[in-house]
Amino acid sequence: MKARLPAVAPRPSPRERATKTSPVAKRVLDGDMRALARLISDVEEGRPEAREVLRTLYPHTGNAPIVGISGPLGVGKSSLINQLLQHLRGKGKTVGVIAVDPSSPFSGGAVLGDRIRIERDPDDTGVFFRSMASRGHAGGVAQSTRDALRLLEAFGMDVLLVETVGSGQVDVEIHDIATTRVVVVVPHLGDEVQTLKAGLFEIADVFVVNKSELPGSERAVKDLQELAYLSVPRDGWTPRVVPTSAAQRTGISELWQAVEDHESAMRNGPGAEAGRKARAEQELRELLRERIERLAEEELGKEASWKTLLQEVVAKETDPYSAADRAFQELKRRI
Amino acid sequence: MAKSPPQTEASKQGKGGRPIRVLIAKPGLDGHDRGAKVVARALRDAGMEVIYAGLRQTPEDIVAAAMEEDVDLIGLSILSGAHNVLIPRVLELLKERKATDVQVFAGGIIPDEDAAKLRKLGVRAIFGPGATLATIIETARSLAAKRVARA
Repeated sequence: MKARLPAVAPRPSPRERATKTSPVAKRVLDGDMRALARLISDVEEGRPEAREVLRTLYPHTGNAPIVGISGPLGVGKSSLINQLLQHLRGKGKTVGVIAVDPSSPFSGGAVLGDRIRIERDPDDTGVFFRSMASRGHAGGVAQSTRDALRLLEAFGMDVLLVETVGSGQVDVEIHDIATTRVVVVVPHLGDEVQTLKAGLFEIADVFVVNKSELPGSERAVKDLQELAYLSVPRDGWTPRVVPTSAAQRTGISELWQAVEDHESAMRNGPGAEAGRKARAEQELRELLRERIERLAEEELGKEASWKTLLQEVVAKETDPYSAADRAFQELKRRI
Repeated sequence: MAKSPPQTEASKQGKGGRPIRVLIAKPGLDGHDRGAKVVARALRDAGMEVIYAGLRQTPEDIVAAAMEEDVDLIGLSILSGAHNVLIPRVLELLKERKATDVQVFAGGIIPDEDAAKLRKLGVRAIFGPGATLATIIETARSLAAKRVARA
């Protein structure tokens, strides 16, 4: 696995693709950066027009590796992405990045600051970096991320990177979209007991010990290696541990090699089919859940008895369990 | 049963009813970013999505970021005195990219006579020392509404 990741199927020529597609989809396929940027906004808003375009572009997606980069605040995820960008551009690969940061649950606003670490030539069209706030919308940020990544691939990006904080269910969902999942830690995050806790550590394909110039990094690498050896190999893959230093610019090519090795093992290995199936099933479920939720909310919203029911619970005339039962029965009758 | 979205109505004035997206950047070489950070935080608390691009950005960096992030507004903070060069260059690049729908405002130490010239060139609002956060937030909202109307 040296130069290119194997493509699943040969791509049709741009001309062939363009003749079959909608004007907006064609603009994305032709590399129109503003069309792409606007479509990502539409995707974030869950606009039906965006779904149409995604339908058209879907055949042009699904081949690029998606590398999820997660880890606690301040471990250097953005700096690492910056290094990966330089490395991949040096190899002639185009790169799309989605960086997800949390929205405030109070104001709905967000400060998205991941761009600060990115050093790049503003005229380099081989990189597209987009910040996304997690917002609170019904469609779920995981689906928006998945859709935005597809747009980036259709636009022509060879490699896709997704950055998340990696705590909480939503982050794990986004992390699950990735074909290779990288978890970043730093020395002295805690003793090895921390690595036993459930969560992100269980779903990493590659561990990065960043800031490896700091004392304690060897210990952190050893603890993670032990964890990796003890874990049950998933589809024949044992998690790799890579020390890096974004500040001293070391370990980046080793990190990318580990990612490529994992991609190659997953594409050609016994678990390839199972992985594709799991990702497809997760997406289908999410898309359906979104629709069912919306349908239920609309139906219940129409119901005048909903307000009465709510009032009864507030006044403690009934308990929430019985109230939910009644609402559910009503919903079943109507749908 | 309808989930209450975290966005307040006032904040959802960007394109297509989404939260307003603002790029806050410091073009040029001065390192005084306290003002930009305070404004970024105030706009966040007002329900906007603020892409903070930080220090020492070239006009090219700023416009490229604004395009990728599909922002409604660009806020430029300059305390170095280079505003007469850097801000017109940002406006020029937006014109080249056919992106004059993106509204530009500025803040920092900008003398009145320069401010007048910059306004003529297309800067929508200029905030000096003493501008209140409430004024900046209100202005940002009305500028975003203008962008929607034009688009």
